[in-house]
Parts: sequence; C-alpha cells; structure tokens
Amino acid sequence: MIWNESKECMSRDEIINLQSARLRKTVDRVYHNVEFYRKKMQKVGLEPADIRGIEDIKRLPFTTKEDLRENYPFGLFAVPQSQVVRLHASSGTTGKATVVGYTRRDIEIWQECVTRVLAMANIGINDKIQVAYGYGLFTGGLGLHYGAENLGSTVIPMSVGNTAKLIDMMEDFNVTAIACTPSYLLHIAEALEESGKLDKISLKAAICGAEPWTENMRKEIEAKLNIKAYDIYGLSEIIGPGVAADCQFHNGLHIYEDHFIPEIINADTLESCEEDEVGELVFTTITKEALPLIRYRTKDLTSINYDPCECGRTIARISRFKGRSDDMLIIRGVNVFPSQVEAALLTMGEVSPHYMLIVDRVNNLDVLEVQVEVEERFFSDEIKKLESLNKRIRNVLQSALGLSVKVKLVEPKTIERSQGKAKRVIDKRKNLV
Amino acid sequence: MFIKQLSVFVENIPGRLERVSETLMDNNINIESFSLADSSEFGVFRMIVSNPDLGLKVLKKEGFSAMLTDVLAIKISQKPGTLHKVLKRLYDEKISVEYMYTLSTSGDNTSIIMKLSDLEKGLKLLINNDNIIK
Ligand SMILES: [Zn+2]
Repeated sequence: MIWNESKECMSRDEIINLQSARLRKTVDRVYHNVEFYRKKMQKVGLEPADIRGIEDIKRLPFTTKEDLRENYPFGLFAVPQSQVVRLHASSGTTGKATVVGYTRRDIEIWQECVTRVLAMANIGINDKIQVAYGYGLFTGGLGLHYGAENLGSTVIPMSVGNTAKLIDMMEDFNVTAIACTPSYLLHIAEALEESGKLDKISLKAAICGAEPWTENMRKEIEAKLNIKAYDIYGLSEIIGPGVAADCQFHNGLHIYEDHFIPEIINADTLESCEEDEVGELVFTTITKEALPLIRYRTKDLTSINYDPCECGRTIARISRFKGRSDDMLIIRGVNVFPSQVEAALLTMGEVSPHYMLIVDRVNNLDVLEVQVEVEERFFSDEIKKLESLNKRIRNVLQSALGLSVKVKLVEPKTIERSQGKAKRVIDKRKNLV
Repeated sequence: MFIKQLSVFVENIPGRLERVSETLMDNNINIESFSLADSSEFGVFRMIVSNPDLGLKVLKKEGFSAMLTDVLAIKISQKPGTLHKVLKRLYDEKISVEYMYTLSTSGDNTSIIMKLSDLEKGLKLLINNDNIIK
C-alpha cells in the first residue's frame, strides 16, 4: 500500500514547489546557524535570498564526508545540543567516526520514511517482523525498528549474530517479514534448508539493504524462500535507511523527495547529469533539523528517472547502484576503506604497507581477506612466530575495521606495485552479478 | 657445534619451492639437508647448505624473505634411547626444542639439527654428555 499518498503521489509541479519552499528555509537556517555553511556560501558570494527555488540548488557548494570529519563531532549541527535526542556514528577512514544527530522531529521523519518503505513492501499491522540489522551506533537496527513500530507491525529486535535463534523464532512466532542484509538473508535461507525448516516458516517479505546486491540475488532470495524481497537504501549522514526503496515493480528505488532532493552529478566535472545518465548521487536534506546537509556527495553511482511509476507513485526513482566513485567497500554492511587497513598496518610498525584486500562471498556471507607481505625483518624461521604475527595483524585490523578479517601472509614483492594509484582491492563479489 | 641454517619463507603455491632449489642450483650451492615446516598457507623451508652466506644473498636477490639462523648440530650414536637422553637433559633444564631434523646418518652415528630456546646453554649442557660425540 501507499502509506502517504499526499507525499508519494504529488504532481511534478507540486513536488518542485514543496522542495523549493523547504530548500529556501533550509538554506536560510544553515546560513544563520552553521558557521561552516555560512563561510562556504560567503566564499562564493551567495546569500540565502539568492536561492529562490530548486533551480538555484546548483549554485550551492557541495558537502563531503571529509567536511563532516573535519567538523567532528558536532560542528555541522544546526541546533543546540538540548534539542538533540539521538546520536549515531559510523566508522571513518582515519579512525574518527562520522557522527550524526537527530532532533525528536528528525526521528519522526526518519520513522515515517521507513514506514513508507515497509508499507510499500505490503507489510502492515498483522505482520511480525524480525529486524536483523545490528542495533547500536549503526543506523540499520534502530532505523527499521522505529519504522516498523510506527507502522504498527510486531517488531522482534533480533540484531545480528545468532542465526539458530533467529530461525527458531521465525518458525515459532510465525514471522512474516524480515529486515537484514541480502547476503545474511541468503545465509539464513541456507540454514533453513539445512535444518529442513524451509516449508515450516510463514515468511512473505524481506527488506534488504546496507550493502550492494544484484537483481539476480533478489531473484535467488525470492525463489529460495518463496517471498518478495525489496531493496532499501540510505546512509546515516542523510538520515539512515529509508532514504529510498523499491516497490513491487522493482523498477528503481523511490526517493522520498519531500525530505531529500536528489541530484546526479559527473564526479569529475561536478556538472549535473541528464536524466538516466549514470553519475554520483548527491542529496540535500530539506526537513532535517539537527544535521541538515547541503548537496552531500554520497559517492554512490546511479542514475535518476522522473517518470511516474506503475505503482502510482510519482516520486523520482534511482536505478540499482552501479558502484562507488571512491574506493569504499561495503562488507557485511560495514563500510571499509582500503586506507583504513593501511593506517592500521602502519600503526603496528612491523608490517609493510603492501597489502591487498580480497573480498569474496562464501556461503552467501561476505568475507574479507587481507594479504600482507612478510618482509625480511618480520620473517622468522619459526612457524609459531609467524603465526603469532598473523594473529597480531588480525587483531589490529579487526579492531580498526569492526569486522572479522582473515589475514594471509604472502611472500615479499608478490603484491602488484603499480604506477600511481595502487590496486588494493580485488572484489570477487562483482563476478556474482 | 653451531652451524648456520638458511631459512626461507614460501607461500603454499605451486612452484615456489622449486624456485628456491633452482636459485641455489644456479649458484652452485648444495643443499645438504633440509626440513619443510608448513602451516595451512605458508611454509618455512629450512636448509643446511654448502655456502649459507651466498645462499642468503641469491635468495634475497630473487625477492624471497630469507635469513640465517644459528642452530645446533649434534652427533648421537645409533642406539636405543640416545635421542631420549638428549631431550630429557634439555627438558630437565627447561630448554625447549623449537624444531629439529636429521642432518645425516652415517655408520653408527646420526647428526641432528636443533633449534633451542637457549642455544648457548643447550650446547654447554650437551657437550658434557657422554652421548654426544661432536
Ligand atoms: Zn513504484
């Protein structure tokens, strides 16, 4: 069903008018409340009054993840701390987290967006939903939790880790919906198959996101579990999961344009792309209070289409993601930058910064292997010393990345050196498309 | 006596050991004895060679991680219980054996290579033992 017809099915003119009014307000607010934005606008000679509508959005400077980091933790907040009711954080490239904040109103907007996503997947008050994203600083768990409660479904806050228990409850409670990463859902499907419980469950829908997946993977999930699987997209900087999601026609992800203005730009020239042309997705939040972001560069590559959808919604749709304009990897829902690995290895002072990340999907779970060269000075004639070196590297990487890692020691000079930008990543999951 | 052992790091991929032996052959270095210690993903190829210094040089030049280590070479007689006496003596003095392997066997004697947690102490201990000939 369509949860909020008045916002999801507006005419293009109505959308533009609403976005223009909200953009003007947002720009005015950040100009007066956030020094960072004021300085940035002054630098290019812009005043709030210059932004009359969304046709002027291109005049505004971009905001990047580096800006968030440089203003860590609260420099870009537009409200006093007394109005902030929640903080979330995600790991960053240099160890410093990216912190995002929410006012009570922001939480309401967020849960409204997630509720729309769940309603779009035909989930309602008679459904029992297992939220199997991580609960905590990561926005996945609490984001889906609040959205599902707001919808009126029965929420089972599973979090991640205990698949056996999840499966037991899925059977015993007659669970009808699940929210988790697509690779975890495939893992669950296999576990159900092994325990002979596939035909004992009542699951009918899955909301999957937090990592890139393919149309083939969706079809595999749907066939294995005999359910409908939907794609949900979001990033904590913008609000969390629920910025966009797909409907039953799976013809791109609907963006909630009454809260977020999407743009697609050429990542090199920074010029706007045409409709349906692939480029970097950029968002401007137009209702958020605590952390409004102006032209935030997501680094996600996609294209946009404004045609009304068969489902009746008129809001724009972005296509399945085509990759990233930077080297960030998403592994089991965790963002990983190769530079994080390098920084962690260098803190050890004993391993060479020559490394290679091999990402693969084994039994439907993403696995990260880090190959590290055993240089002369760390070599030992004793196996146990080499094994303890391996273990030390693994511990350092795991705590830096927040992800379990397999470390493989390799011979020196076997990792390819290249001119200029070194090739640091082999993502074997791409072959699975 | 102490003897220089040449050790090299090899990944468990086909052709790597062969590359080590080829490099030594090309430089006219004889491998007198060796032992290969392996884990699931890599191995340490330990060798007693005719010219360890040159061996180290040429392997490094080939890009290998290699090193020379002092190990103990001892000769024991081929009789029941001699190896046990050696190990017991070390054990009694709390010296642990990191690894060991046979260097050669000739006539009534066997020469073995040992890496001990304390080489100096181990040598002193074993030199005063009746079973050690060399
Ligand atoms: Zn639709």
